[in-house]
Amino acid sequence: MALPAFQAFFDTHRDDVLGFLTALIGPNDAEDAFQETFVAALRAYPRLRADSNLRAWVLTIARRKAIDTARARGRRALPSDDLPETPTPPAPDGQPELWAAVGGLPERQRAAVFLRFAGDLTHRDIAAVMEASEDAVRKNVSDGLKKLKETLA
Amino acid sequence: MNLDIETALRGAARRTPGQSDAAAARFGRRALDEGLVDVAYAHVDSPLGQLLAATTENGLVRLSYLGFRDEDATLQALADDVSPRVLEAPARLDGVRRELDEYFEGRRSSFDLAIDWSPMADFQRRVLEATVAIPFGRHASYGEVAQRAGSPRAFRAAGTALGRNPIPIVIPCHRVWAAGGKLGGYTGGIERKRALLELEGALQPELG
Repeated sequence: MALPAFQAFFDTHRDDVLGFLTALIGPNDAEDAFQETFVAALRAYPRLRADSNLRAWVLTIARRKAIDTARARGRRALPSDDLPETPTPPAPDGQPELWAAVGGLPERQRAAVFLRFAGDLTHRDIAAVMEASEDAVRKNVSDGLKKLKETLA
Repeated sequence: MNLDIETALRGAARRTPGQSDAAAARFGRRALDEGLVDVAYAHVDSPLGQLLAATTENGLVRLSYLGFRDEDATLQALADDVSPRVLEAPARLDGVRRELDEYFEGRRSSFDLAIDWSPMADFQRRVLEATVAIPFGRHASYGEVAQRAGSPRAFRAAGTALGRNPIPIVIPCHRVWAAGGKLGGYTGGIERKRALLELEGALQPELG
């Protein structure tokens, strides 16, 4: 198995990456973080192992760039679990309350919930993206869901 | 209920494809500006069907008949043979497009394009360099090309090297014929070979 041409890789993942970044930091910052994500990916691409999980790899970069972008904006650092709410991501299917509630979650829960349901990633892949253990990620997902349920009740 | 929220999250995340188009266009420009694109490619329309042209900083590295080999396979071959940093960048191929247009309009009989020979094995390179030397409107046999490539007995291997010509039209392998005035094979199918030779006046159009 060989690495696909970067254009093919890019076209496969770009919508997902923009969606993930939008959920994490809102549409305005997502655009900048998108550029940083794929520039970093393109730089590193030739050294990547051909059997890498490309989706988890690019989402990992995206999450780091989201954290950097948010920091550059002078917000409180994302990795802490008491992040203030971010701008509400656009709700493509007209679910503004849902996305506002997701935007109000602590960053780790927001990322984990998004990747689990919107990204349809396994807990194992989410753990890779978030550079955390599977147990921690399972807890992020269930805590996030619980909080969403309370908020939306 | 958790289940409803899960369903809602899944549904809400189903995005219209292409929502990242504007961001993607910006990324393409930035990747070029930062010198991160090893292989730039574009689609080129021609009377022989759509072509995919690709260039490195050294020169033209691929010209594929998309009707003959599909785009995914062509891009994968570029990733494998040249570099995986392959990006669509039409502006980088403007010169190639212009020369091909002129050629197909009958206003150009030789190409001034630089060719990137570096991905080719030595023998293939010698065969294809000998092929470039065959003038517009003329033709040579596989044996003659092998001889000019310095390996007169390797005419079969020369045929194989020509069959794998990564840059047909510009490296004019259509000007290499089998023995006895037969056309032989072609990387884009024999009809394309015939069409190119008719364009160059080396072959009379078939009647009826």
